[in-house]
Amino acid sequence: MKNQHQSQDWDLIIKGHTSLFDIKFKDLWHYRDLLFLFVKRDFVSFYKQTILGPLWFFIQPIFTTIVFSLVFGKLAGISTDGLPQFLFYLSGITAWNYFADCLTKTSTVFKDNANIFGKVYFPRLIIPLSIVVSNLVRFGVQLLLFFGVMVYFSLNGAAFEMTYAVFFFPVLILMMALLGLGAGLIITAITTKYKDLSFLITFGVQLLMYGTTVIYPLSAAPESFKKYIELNPMTGIIEAFRYAFLGKGEFTVWSIGYSAVFTLVVLFLGIIIFNKTEKNFVDTI
Amino acid sequence: MKPVIQVEHLSKAYQIGQFGTGTISRDLERFWMTKVLGKADPFLKIGETNDRTRKGNSDIVWSLKDINFEINQGEAVGIIGKNGAGKSTLLKLLSRVTGPTTGEIKVKGRIASLLEVGTGFHPELTGRENIYLNGAILGMRKKEITRKLDEIIDFSGVERYIDTPVKRYSSGMYVRLAFAVAAHLESEILIVDEVLAVGDAEFQKKCLGKMGDISKGQGRTVLFVSHNMAAVQSLCSKGIVLENGSISYNGAVEGAVAYYLKASNDNAHRVWPHQDGPQTDFLRLLEVKVLDVHNEIALNHLISNEVRIEFTYEITKEGALFTHGLNLFNNHNIHIFSSHDKDSETLLKPSVKGIYTRTIRIPGNLLADGGYTCSFAIMRYEPFQVELHEMEIVGFTIIDELDSTDIRGKYTGRIPGVVRPLLEWQ
Repeated sequence: MKNQHQSQDWDLIIKGHTSLFDIKFKDLWHYRDLLFLFVKRDFVSFYKQTILGPLWFFIQPIFTTIVFSLVFGKLAGISTDGLPQFLFYLSGITAWNYFADCLTKTSTVFKDNANIFGKVYFPRLIIPLSIVVSNLVRFGVQLLLFFGVMVYFSLNGAAFEMTYAVFFFPVLILMMALLGLGAGLIITAITTKYKDLSFLITFGVQLLMYGTTVIYPLSAAPESFKKYIELNPMTGIIEAFRYAFLGKGEFTVWSIGYSAVFTLVVLFLGIIIFNKTEKNFVDTI
Repeated sequence: MKPVIQVEHLSKAYQIGQFGTGTISRDLERFWMTKVLGKADPFLKIGETNDRTRKGNSDIVWSLKDINFEINQGEAVGIIGKNGAGKSTLLKLLSRVTGPTTGEIKVKGRIASLLEVGTGFHPELTGRENIYLNGAILGMRKKEITRKLDEIIDFSGVERYIDTPVKRYSSGMYVRLAFAVAAHLESEILIVDEVLAVGDAEFQKKCLGKMGDISKGQGRTVLFVSHNMAAVQSLCSKGIVLENGSISYNGAVEGAVAYYLKASNDNAHRVWPHQDGPQTDFLRLLEVKVLDVHNEIALNHLISNEVRIEFTYEITKEGALFTHGLNLFNNHNIHIFSSHDKDSETLLKPSVKGIYTRTIRIPGNLLADGGYTCSFAIMRYEPFQVELHEMEIVGFTIIDELDSTDIRGKYTGRIPGVVRPLLEWQ
């Protein structure tokens, strides 16, 4: 009797201890429809019962850009590398927002979904992935705004040019998404036990923006700070983004290679830690 | 018959008490001991049972301990036990919401769990959109849902409002829709936890019928957790009784229900043999019993039978004027009634040392089915003062059998309400 059972092929074996690398990609693929339904839910719930609806996607970057132009451009007089201020800030904000949204939203996945995770099993990674995709759509819409502004400035004779680096643009998007995702996964996993980190993240991301070349070009940074700013993997990505579309910025194989390696390491760690945490987090939250 | 679920040496430990201070150092120590040195986890003490009434030495509690069982294809198995016996933990492990501490579960086929219907429903989305979202959360592919959409909408009975956001639904409609999605999952194994506690009687009957179809007609396996013994008995062929995290009975459902009802009798009797009972300056409680119509200690009482609660106490000081009182609470902590012993002789004649007994009779056909706890009070009237009020002193369960006809007549569904008096219609 016993032997017969052992030879039977089970579809699923639930065990306490599994290998660190036991990530269920097959499950993830099976639940791909759920990912897109979550994305749809995010959008529908976002603009149902709002008057301006999808216009909100534009309002936030436009107003931030205006404020930055006034404060950092006019009052502080920080260089924009010879680019029109509005275009300079908008490019930085658009790219930074995508990364920052992926990071902050992913970093609260366990907390925000404790209720649903406590009742039903589905691969938990679906939620962070759906966040990245939702934000990608948002980013796409904001990119249209950026392109519109580019066309406007170029018609008015502003001095900038697109470069060959535009071909790397898809890679840049992927890097921003995965870096935000990876860091968010690490943070959400740790916050299930140590809640302190969730306080840090909200203003931490804001502070990190000042350590990235969003409101100033890398070339304008003082030499003594420059090496620290370059250590920030988002710096390479934003500089490359500006170089691709506006022709100004420090784009080298080294800077982008460093960001890519950093991204992959963070992503790898993030997935492993998240995967380890998801099994039992329901007991601790 | 082939087993579709095989559970081997399954245990689950929970950490109780505070998380927070010291967890980092403790986690590091645990990591060092288990992962680097390969020793046993220093914070898990094996050998303690999960008994809430006894305080353990460690802050680890074994919610399940070394559980072994097999379930064959097409069986409907009822899982019964008191609150805290480990039922929910077992379901959570089976539905992969959380992982076991040790041991393993082997499963053949897809498991769908209805731990709570409507998980992931979004109020802003329409009924139709929520069917897709909820179905996908439960593991269905989009095309599967599309194929079953009409059937689901039909079963839910809310087709008129299917394109209305569910936030405009009544709670009954909400539950109907949610159950409809879950009931149409194409899974070989279905886990159901207390869903029958919601919805109106007609829909409950529909759900019970659907679950019967699932297990009997379609050859699917059903695990059913409920406090409703009547529902367990009518749906299931086998029963597993959990007690303090271990299996104490595994067999035919009739035996399991009988075992469970008998085993939980200790709630109905409290005795303090060492003069350590609750006391005032003139009185000390010795014993409290819940008695049935034959004056025997019993936890479970048929809904039509009288329940007697007998208090025995010792007067330790002479000359007091006092009386007795009782508060009754149901399982949801709703205060059902408060009763003062207003005609007691103890109010007129100053107390004399000795041992006394007083009994309160709660008539049959008054309380609804379910669990109850009562408190006991000693009061003085002039001036009014509560001398003693002991909460949760004893408990009992009122059982309603589906074939009892006193109140039900021919109706076999759920009857809502906190009391269920037999009333006259003219």
